[in-house]
Amino acid sequence: MFYSAEENITPGELKKLQSERLIKTVKRVYENVPFYRKKFAEANIEPADIKSVDDLHRLPFTTKQDLRDNYPYGLFAAPMGDIVRIHASSGTTGKMTVVSYTKNDIEMWAGLIARCLSMAGATKNDIIHNCYGYGLFTGGLGIHFGAEKLGATVIPVSGGNSQRQIKIMQDFGSTVLTCTPSYALNLAETMKEMGVKISDLKLKAGLFGAEPWSESMRRDIEKLWGIDALDIYGLSEIMGPGVANECLEKNGLHVFEDHFIPEIIDSATGKAAAPGSRGELVFTTITKEGIPLIRYRTKDITRMMPEKCKCGRTFNRIERLSGRTDDMLIIRGVNVFPSEIETVIMSVKGVEPHYQIIVDRAEHGLDTLEVQVEVNESIFSDEIKGLESIENKIKKEINSVLGIGVQVKLVEPRSIPRSEGKAKRIIDKRKI
Amino acid sequence: MKIVQLSVFLENKEGRLADIIGTLSAAGINIRALSLADTQNFGVLRMIVDTPEKAIEALKKSGTIVKTTDIIAVEVEDSPGGLHKVLKVFKDSAVNIEYMYAFVEKNNNNAVMVFRVDNPDEALKKLKGVKILKADDVYKI
Repeated sequence: MFYSAEENITPGELKKLQSERLIKTVKRVYENVPFYRKKFAEANIEPADIKSVDDLHRLPFTTKQDLRDNYPYGLFAAPMGDIVRIHASSGTTGKMTVVSYTKNDIEMWAGLIARCLSMAGATKNDIIHNCYGYGLFTGGLGIHFGAEKLGATVIPVSGGNSQRQIKIMQDFGSTVLTCTPSYALNLAETMKEMGVKISDLKLKAGLFGAEPWSESMRRDIEKLWGIDALDIYGLSEIMGPGVANECLEKNGLHVFEDHFIPEIIDSATGKAAAPGSRGELVFTTITKEGIPLIRYRTKDITRMMPEKCKCGRTFNRIERLSGRTDDMLIIRGVNVFPSEIETVIMSVKGVEPHYQIIVDRAEHGLDTLEVQVEVNESIFSDEIKGLESIENKIKKEINSVLGIGVQVKLVEPRSIPRSEGKAKRIIDKRKI
Repeated sequence: MKIVQLSVFLENKEGRLADIIGTLSAAGINIRALSLADTQNFGVLRMIVDTPEKAIEALKKSGTIVKTTDIIAVEVEDSPGGLHKVLKVFKDSAVNIEYMYAFVEKNNNNAVMVFRVDNPDEALKKLKGVKILKADDVYKI
């Protein structure tokens, strides 16, 4: 009935399983990661103090900064000989978030993606059309291995070239689509332009993630494609996509609690949030070997939904993600920190820190990022080519560092509003 | 003789050109010649004015970025082949023209062309048999 037996585990069994796995993980990081040994010492904790999941709150948090401070391999808990794959998030050189996987980790991850696909109704007889990017980003390869694990046929088409995507869907008979929700809407426009109808396709479901989306986007996607559109959640630090996933009830994402223990905390105090209230989502991985993380602060905001789900799965659900505790932007599925854009802009000679970032999305379009930079005496040139070369330089640098295309617009001096205190650098016009 | 040209950065936004010209008008500055180069996002306004220093002061006061560039102004016979005669001198002396534009008014019944070249000194040396205008002449056309 379910892809894996754990999906309707009883609360008692789950607690026992989580406790055993947590104890093992705590021991593993204590013995293999100097960073954690030091953190535990500071918190006056020894592995023996952690006897069950009830002791989880005694453990220290881990943050993205900890990963950066220990760049690249400092938090790995397995010898490099056992690491079979590396993934990394985009970011300024030296500030990437690097994660690793052992053979067991890859196998576990594939199993969880297979679980997600089967939650969308997919079986070995399906053809998975995977347009997540292949590369350092976890989306492409994550879905790929999971689709193979399920025994389905995977088309590793990756992103871009929308017309070819539609042709492949039509000719190869794709039945399940995996991509970002905004790309799903964008592809639907291309399909319309090409005169292809949903009756020409065999698509029946899609797993969409890597960026926040809404119920109204779900309605659009389901209508335009004639499919069930489900939300898949994950982050590379914890594993990649497949940390939590919606079932066909489409009411909250089941967290795969046999591998990840979720907590909701008040991000200001670090204490547990009141049951059912919104707060920062925190995960502890309890089966990972390559880079297990203890109480990792995701900075994503959500709440737990303790009611029983009609689908019969007993894993707790989290509500659709409703925001961030920091200023991280998700642009076409890529995590972008404004500070990284600033670093790039400031590295161009003569440019002053008067800039503004405008994020927008046309209806059913992809995210656009426009960086407006004020012209000053030192970069103004009488010659057009001089100015254009500044524009191109900023554009190229941002593209190479962040891996996303941007528009750069030079604007007149003092045309960007000066604010008192913290400057308002980001204008996010997207209606999600 | 090199002549001072003012260049101003213009964002591609309605009303910006009017604002700049308004600033000059308020300062009592007369524009002798101008050209507007544009791209998708911005433009560069190039001007020869009667009193460059006064114009720069007024523009800077209004927060506009203004740069000066040395250009050459040349009298060109207002008859077929007039412009070619001048361009051929540039070609033969391997002087590259970055851009050029024309005065609206004539001088002694001849057209006046403005040239921005990569090597103004070389160009001035080689331009023989062509009337090169002095700054004062140009500002008063």
